[in-house]
Amino acid sequence: MNTLPYKTYLNSPTGIKSWLLTKDHKRIGLMYLMAISLFFLVGGALALVMRLELFSPGEQFISAQTYNQLFTLHGAIMIFLFIIPSIPAALGNFILPMQLGAVDVAFPRLNLASWYVYVVGAIMALGAIVIGGVDTGWTFYTPYSVQTKGAITLIVMAVFVLGFSSIFTGLNFIATVHKMRAPGMTWFKMPLFCWGIYATAIIQVLATPVLAITALLLVLERGVGIGIFDPKMGGDPVLFQHFFWFYSHPAVYIMILPGMAIISELMATFSRKPVFGYKAVAYSSLAIALLSFVVWGHHMFTSGQSELSAMIFSFLTFSVAIPSAVKVFNWMSTMYRGSISFDVPMLYALAFLFLFTIGGLTGLFLGTLAVDLHLHDTYFIVAHFHYTMMGGTVIAFLGGLHYWWPKIWGRMYSEKWARISWALVFIGFNATFIPQFIMGSQGMPRRYFNYLDQYQPMHAFSSVGAYILGLGFLIMVVYLWHSVKNGPIAGSNPWGASTFEWTHSTSPPDPHNFKEQPVCDHEPYPYATTIFKSTNPYEMDDSDK
Amino acid sequence: MDTTATIWMPQQASTIASEVDALFYFVYWISIFFLAVITFGTIYFAVKYRRKGKRDQLTSGPHGHTGLELTWSVIPTLIVLVMFAWGFQVYLKMNVIPKDALEIKVTGYQWAWIFDYPEGFNTGGELVVPVNKPVKLLMSSLDVLHSFYVPAFRVKMDVLPNRYTSIWFEAMYEGEFQVFCTEYCGKSHSDMLAMVKVVSQTDYEKWLEKQSDDSGTPPAEKGKKLFTSRACNTCHSTDGSKSVGPTWQGTFGSTEVMASGEKITVDENYVRESILNPNAKVVKGFQPVMPTFQGILSDKDIDALVAYMKTLK
Repeated sequence: MNTLPYKTYLNSPTGIKSWLLTKDHKRIGLMYLMAISLFFLVGGALALVMRLELFSPGEQFISAQTYNQLFTLHGAIMIFLFIIPSIPAALGNFILPMQLGAVDVAFPRLNLASWYVYVVGAIMALGAIVIGGVDTGWTFYTPYSVQTKGAITLIVMAVFVLGFSSIFTGLNFIATVHKMRAPGMTWFKMPLFCWGIYATAIIQVLATPVLAITALLLVLERGVGIGIFDPKMGGDPVLFQHFFWFYSHPAVYIMILPGMAIISELMATFSRKPVFGYKAVAYSSLAIALLSFVVWGHHMFTSGQSELSAMIFSFLTFSVAIPSAVKVFNWMSTMYRGSISFDVPMLYALAFLFLFTIGGLTGLFLGTLAVDLHLHDTYFIVAHFHYTMMGGTVIAFLGGLHYWWPKIWGRMYSEKWARISWALVFIGFNATFIPQFIMGSQGMPRRYFNYLDQYQPMHAFSSVGAYILGLGFLIMVVYLWHSVKNGPIAGSNPWGASTFEWTHSTSPPDPHNFKEQPVCDHEPYPYATTIFKSTNPYEMDDSDK
Repeated sequence: MDTTATIWMPQQASTIASEVDALFYFVYWISIFFLAVITFGTIYFAVKYRRKGKRDQLTSGPHGHTGLELTWSVIPTLIVLVMFAWGFQVYLKMNVIPKDALEIKVTGYQWAWIFDYPEGFNTGGELVVPVNKPVKLLMSSLDVLHSFYVPAFRVKMDVLPNRYTSIWFEAMYEGEFQVFCTEYCGKSHSDMLAMVKVVSQTDYEKWLEKQSDDSGTPPAEKGKKLFTSRACNTCHSTDGSKSVGPTWQGTFGSTEVMASGEKITVDENYVRESILNPNAKVVKGFQPVMPTFQGILSDKDIDALVAYMKTLK
């Protein structure tokens, strides 16, 4: 038990070329994981610079122009380079085929191509920062984005290119889920992670082309002045907002659905219970995916769209709240009469329940028309989407990362440091964003370099919180890095989990995932009938060794 | 007067504010209730069903319960329907403008607000309105998107370059209330501020008279006021430092090289042209980004600005 398997996907074959030309979904997933982690740290560092500047009103150490570029880059990097690919392309790539009992994704070459397209897009985005900066906000609203200087065209083309990477991944996963399931694995025997990734893939394939069209139109508007968005040529700037949110609202579900998918796995594994109301949770993912396409107008209640549109979008927005609420209640009930372990991934799942609930409930304020008029474009919005995107998706991603880390590397991280880091992230996150809710409803507008003195205490509190959060992540980088070579050997199934990647594969997995084809002959998460032996190195007494 | 402010909401200075806040607190307490249910439910289960003994043991809890699941689908649905209907009802009130409203034209540009009164004059940075009277703002932008937001009145609406938008409010108290631009509009977005000054009906009428008659003020002094109230100062300095546009210090009478290579001496006619048709002759090294002030600055205003410019040696 206390040695790594002889032959794994990590060491066979060897050589840099074997990685750069790999068609193995695990290696591609790991390469994605490296890239998105790098961009997460860059985006996070930009946020810390901004919070330092915002500690007091007026100019502290960066100019208004620099600040405007910083919040644009923070948003663009976090959205397009980190959070959209984060769970699907990194963890999904690694885990989805294994949970299905497949040797690889349906189109391994397309999978590798998506990584290279991502890298090209990322280089273009970084190029835009170097050659002139971008100060439009990640939303690129016209006509400002048509008129301002800077490398707007290049970064918008980067978004266009990155979209294809997302479409490739989505296509691949849809085909994989349809065609590559193990013998006996019917749709309703799939783990819920696969359901969530599948629902996400549908949105990726259907919505991303609209982003590509919008990006191209914006580039044409800047380049040759086709007059579609620019009012000086008879264009309509609000049309851009419709196009943009037609993608970008479904995109927030591209971001949160995979997070929800991870939480289902974590609640089941660490409560040792099947997810309560499995079918409702599976269907609610599809319901969210479909409804996500018809709520975009709720970003535009103050944009000048008609009162009738506002009413319809408000109504539809509330309808999307229901499947999310159902999921939260089902996760909580999964714990009922379980046998709950508080390992680090479960701590993240519990944090998710609390933070995502706040994120979801504060969405109700914004769906309510009369209240949204007051809160729109204030820090209340900033806090709301950070509670869903960071408190939701990023916390779920960290839960998934800590859950599958021993599968990916074959080694465990330091539990002690992981718990300390979790606590700092949880405290720091709340300390950063709760004050933002309050100052937002008090009227503090977002994207403000300078602000009135009355908001200073809340800004200062938020800045301190951000640095606690930053410290939590710094510790995480150190202990995770350390564990890759030095952590205790995890064994094939340290959590005693029930899905194929744990029960039928070594840690790290064999290059071909399984020694023999797994067969699905049970309901998902059969903790009531089957004992899944745990190999957790922190729990072994001497007789086990 | 400030007693209506709470930890969550600023003071209620308009007739609609208390209705918005009642709805806000309805959503708020519903949210607190559900957050408490989720949080304490989770903690209770986590403590009660914590693992005792080995990890790999069998459990026997239920896998689902149709009645319960229906309950927590239907009850939230009913609650959000109430939020929707109530939210729409107040929204309609905020959008149906009373017929007797005083109409003031608002113009947003990078980075200031201009308020045009029906009496034929305009002010910059300060919107003076009478108390207890509905006021309609008809708004448009000269350049990019802006958004007009008065937190104390709970009103906000985007201001667009290609169409009119409008909002209305009825102020309940005399006093000064902050205006923010809440649609990101470039470098000085966060300085695109203004104040709503609410005064009594008699003070409002006195103020209107005074605005129409500024015969007592020397032109250079009037120009100095316009320089800040019309936000010329967000792009032009008076101390020689370079900004978005050329400085005004020592500029009058100097000879400047234009982007076209042409040399021009800055005189009254050049300044006038640059205000009314800013992109006709742009000084070399600057971008053609200034909006036209045609229809916003009167001939007298331009005279005053030229007079002020001459004082900046």
